[in-house]
Amino acid sequence: MICKLTELHVGERGKIFKVEGEKRIRRRLFDMGVTPGAEVYLRKVAPLGDPIEITIRNYELTLRKNEAGCVYLDKED
Amino acid sequence: MKKIALAGNPNSGKTTLFNNLTGSTAHVGNWPGVTVEKKEGTYKKLKEPIQIVDLPGIYSLSPYTSEEVISRNFILEEKPDCVINIVDSTNLERNLYLTTQLLEIDVPVVVALNMTDIVKKNGDEIRIKEIEEKLGVPVVEISALKATNLKDLMERAYDCSKTKRKGKSVVEKQDISHLIYDVTVALKAVKVENPLFHAIKLCEEDEIETKMHPELMEMIYEFKKGYHNSVFGDDLEAIIADLRYKYIAKNLSSAFIENKTNKAPVVNGVKLIKETRSDKADKILTNRWAGLPIFLVFVFLMFHLTFSEDLFYLNSMGLVDAVSFSGSSYFEGLFANGGVMSPGMILFNLMDGITSWFTDVCASGLISVNASGWAQGLVIDGTLAGLTAVLSFVPQILVLFFLFSILEDSGYMARVAFILDRIFRKFGLSGRAFIPMIMGFGCSIPAMVNTRTLASEKEKIATIRVIPYFSCGAKLPIITAVAGAIVVQFNVGNADAITFGMYLLGIAVAIIAVITMHHTSLRGDVAPFVMELPSYHRPQIKSLLIHVWDKCKHFLKKAFTIIVASSIVIWVLMHFGFDWTFLSDEQIGQSILVGLGQLVTPIFTPLGFGSQLNKAFGWVFVVAVVTGLIAKENVIATFGVLAAGIGATLGTFNTEGVAEVSSMIKATGITVPGLIAFIVYNVTTIPCFAACATAKAELKPGTFKWTILFWLGVSYVAGTAVYLMGTWWWTSFIFLGAAVAIGYGIHLRNKRIDAKVI
Repeated sequence: MICKLTELHVGERGKIFKVEGEKRIRRRLFDMGVTPGAEVYLRKVAPLGDPIEITIRNYELTLRKNEAGCVYLDKED
Repeated sequence: MKKIALAGNPNSGKTTLFNNLTGSTAHVGNWPGVTVEKKEGTYKKLKEPIQIVDLPGIYSLSPYTSEEVISRNFILEEKPDCVINIVDSTNLERNLYLTTQLLEIDVPVVVALNMTDIVKKNGDEIRIKEIEEKLGVPVVEISALKATNLKDLMERAYDCSKTKRKGKSVVEKQDISHLIYDVTVALKAVKVENPLFHAIKLCEEDEIETKMHPELMEMIYEFKKGYHNSVFGDDLEAIIADLRYKYIAKNLSSAFIENKTNKAPVVNGVKLIKETRSDKADKILTNRWAGLPIFLVFVFLMFHLTFSEDLFYLNSMGLVDAVSFSGSSYFEGLFANGGVMSPGMILFNLMDGITSWFTDVCASGLISVNASGWAQGLVIDGTLAGLTAVLSFVPQILVLFFLFSILEDSGYMARVAFILDRIFRKFGLSGRAFIPMIMGFGCSIPAMVNTRTLASEKEKIATIRVIPYFSCGAKLPIITAVAGAIVVQFNVGNADAITFGMYLLGIAVAIIAVITMHHTSLRGDVAPFVMELPSYHRPQIKSLLIHVWDKCKHFLKKAFTIIVASSIVIWVLMHFGFDWTFLSDEQIGQSILVGLGQLVTPIFTPLGFGSQLNKAFGWVFVVAVVTGLIAKENVIATFGVLAAGIGATLGTFNTEGVAEVSSMIKATGITVPGLIAFIVYNVTTIPCFAACATAKAELKPGTFKWTILFWLGVSYVAGTAVYLMGTWWWTSFIFLGAAVAIGYGIHLRNKRIDAKVI
C-alpha cells in the first residue's frame, strides 16, 4: 500500500517509493540516505507530535512532518 | 610540509582522531556538526612533520550547508596531498555515500574505518580487502578513541600522498555514464581541474556548478529531453544519489559480516530490530509523557549545581543545620554558609577569595609606596575591579559548561532538539535553538558561542539577538537590588515577585522579538530539520575537559583584552573632569562621564529616568547604564560609588545594593514605573562588551551593526512601554492599538510581497 511517511504509525515499516519536494529538501534527504528503495521503520514521534524519528540504513534520523510528507512509502502490512 | 585533510560524517570520530594525531585541543562533541571552522595541527611521528586539517563533519559534498561548502572548497582549491576519509564502521552504508563522492576528486584518498573495536565486540567482521579492492584506495582499520593503528594509517596516507590519483566514480556503465563522459571531456577541453567531479556535480544540477559553467547546461538539458527513467523520470540528481547507494549496497555492504548470533530475530516474517542499551535509555528520555519533565529536571539540576547556595535544599528542609565554614577572612563561608554550597558556588567563593586577597595586596602595596590617588584608583578601581568582576564568573561558567558538555557528549542534546522542535518552529527556529537560549540565563557568552550548532544563518542571527533577554547571572543583582529598594522605599509588592516578573518579561520580549523578526527582517521558509540522532554513549573525561577549556579560552581572552581596556576608559572618564584634573570618588559629579551623561539624559525621559528627575543627580541612572556595558555588575557598583559621594548611607540591608539604590531614589525622586523601566532597559539593552565581542565574532560581517541597533531599539521601546503604562494605565490601550496596527501592517506587507513573487 502506498502512503506518505507521515501516515505511518509507530512501529510500522515500509520501503521508500519516491521522494518529492523542493530541491534543497530533497537533496538533504538523499544525502541522509532517504532514497527510493531504502527501508524505513518509524521508531517514535516527539512528545508534541512532531518531529518523528525513523530508523533508516541502520541509524536513527529525525525529521519534521513537513519534510516527511515528501517521502512516499510502500507500506508493509 | 605535506598537508593531509580529515573528512567524514559528523559523529564519525573525526575530531577525536584529530586530537589524537595532533595532541592539540580541538573541540569534540557528540552533537552533529560541532566543528564548523576547520582546525589545523601537526603530526610529528613520521620522518617529516605533516600538517593535519580537520574539516567540518559532512554527509555529502552538496552545496547546501556552510560545512559542505567549506569542506568541498578546501579539497578542491587548497589541494591537500591526501584526504583521510574517516568512516564509522558501525554505519557503513551511509558513511560510504560521502566516500563515493570524495573518490571523484583527483586527490589521493585513504579510508580509515573507525570504531572497529565496537564492530569486533559485537562479533561482526569487516572484510577490509574486499572494500579496498572495490574502492581502489587503501583502507585501514582504526579506533580513534583508543588510538589503535593510527601510525599505520598515517604511514599509508603518507605513502599515498607521493603519487597522484585520478578521480573515479562508482556511477559506471549506466545510462547516464555517457553524459558524464561527454561533460568531462568538455570540461577537460577548457582545462578545468577535477573534471570528473565537476561533471557529475553538473549533471546533478548543483547550484554552484551551474553558475560556473552555464554553457554546458545545454548538453544536460538536451540529454534530459530524450531520457526517461521509470522511477525517477528525468531527475538526474535522484538517479545519481540512488546509483551511489545501490553501488554501496551491492558491492560494499557484503564486506560487513554480521555475527549470526546477534542477528535480529525474525518473528512471523518481520525482522525485529534488536534493542540496544541506547534504545532503552532513549525510551525513557524521549518518552511521550516523561520526555519534557525529565528534560526540565536536567535543566534545573544543572543550574542548581552551578548557582545554588543551599544544595538540594538540605538546609531549607532542616536536614542540615545552619553551618558555616570559618576559614581565614577571605575564604569565610567557602563550603557552607547557612546551606551547603553547590560545586559552582564553592568555586565561585574560592575565586572571589583569591581576587579579593590579590586586590587587597595590590592596594596595600600601592599605599606603602605612596602612590598618588589617581594611580591607586586606576589600578584598583579601574583595572582590577573590572577584571575581577569578570573573573568571578569563570568558575561558574566552567561548571555550567562542564555539565552542558556531559549532556552534549552523551548525545542527549540532540534529543532535546527532537523534543522541543515543535514549540520552536512556531517562531521560525528549530529545537536546537533552545540550548543556547537556556544557557543565556548563565552567561550570554558561552550561549552565543553555542549558536554555531544551528543549521541556518537566519536562526543563528535571531538566537544571538535574543540571548541577552534571558537575563544572565550578572543582571540578577540589578534586578534584586532595584526590586528590594522598591519594596523598602515605596512599600509596594514583593521583591521576589518583582524579580521573577522581570525574568518572565525578558522571555516575553524575546518571544515577541523572534516572532517579529521571523515575519520581517529574517523572513523566509523555516530551514529543514533533518538530523541524525547519535547513539548515547558515556562521555569521555578527556573530551569533556577539552570542551570546557576550549570555551573558557574565548572568555578569558576577552576578559584580559576588551574588558580591561574598556574598564580603564570608563574609569578615566569617570575620574577626570573636562580640564583633566583628577577627581576623587566624592567629586565624580564633575567628571567627563557625568557631563556626557547629562547630555544624553533627556533621551531617557520617556523611560522615566531622564529629564523629569532631580537636576543634581538625575544623570545617575543613565551613567549606571553606560558603566553596565563593561559588565552588568557595574550598574549597582556605580550606585555604590555615587552613594558614597552623596554621603547618604541608609544603613544595611540583607540584599546587596538595596541601600545604594534606596539612596539614589531619595536623591533623584524617581518613581516606581521609572525604576521598573530602568530594570527592563538594562535587561534588554546591549549586553556587556564581552558578549558584544562574542556576538561580533559569531555573526556574519555586516550583521553586527544591525544587531546593536536592534538591541538599542528594543530596549528603548520596552522601557518606554513599561514606564508609560505603569504611570498612566490608559496608555496601555495606545500600545495595544499600536501593536495590533504594526502586526496588521506587517501582515499586509508580507501578503503584497508574496503576491508579487507568485
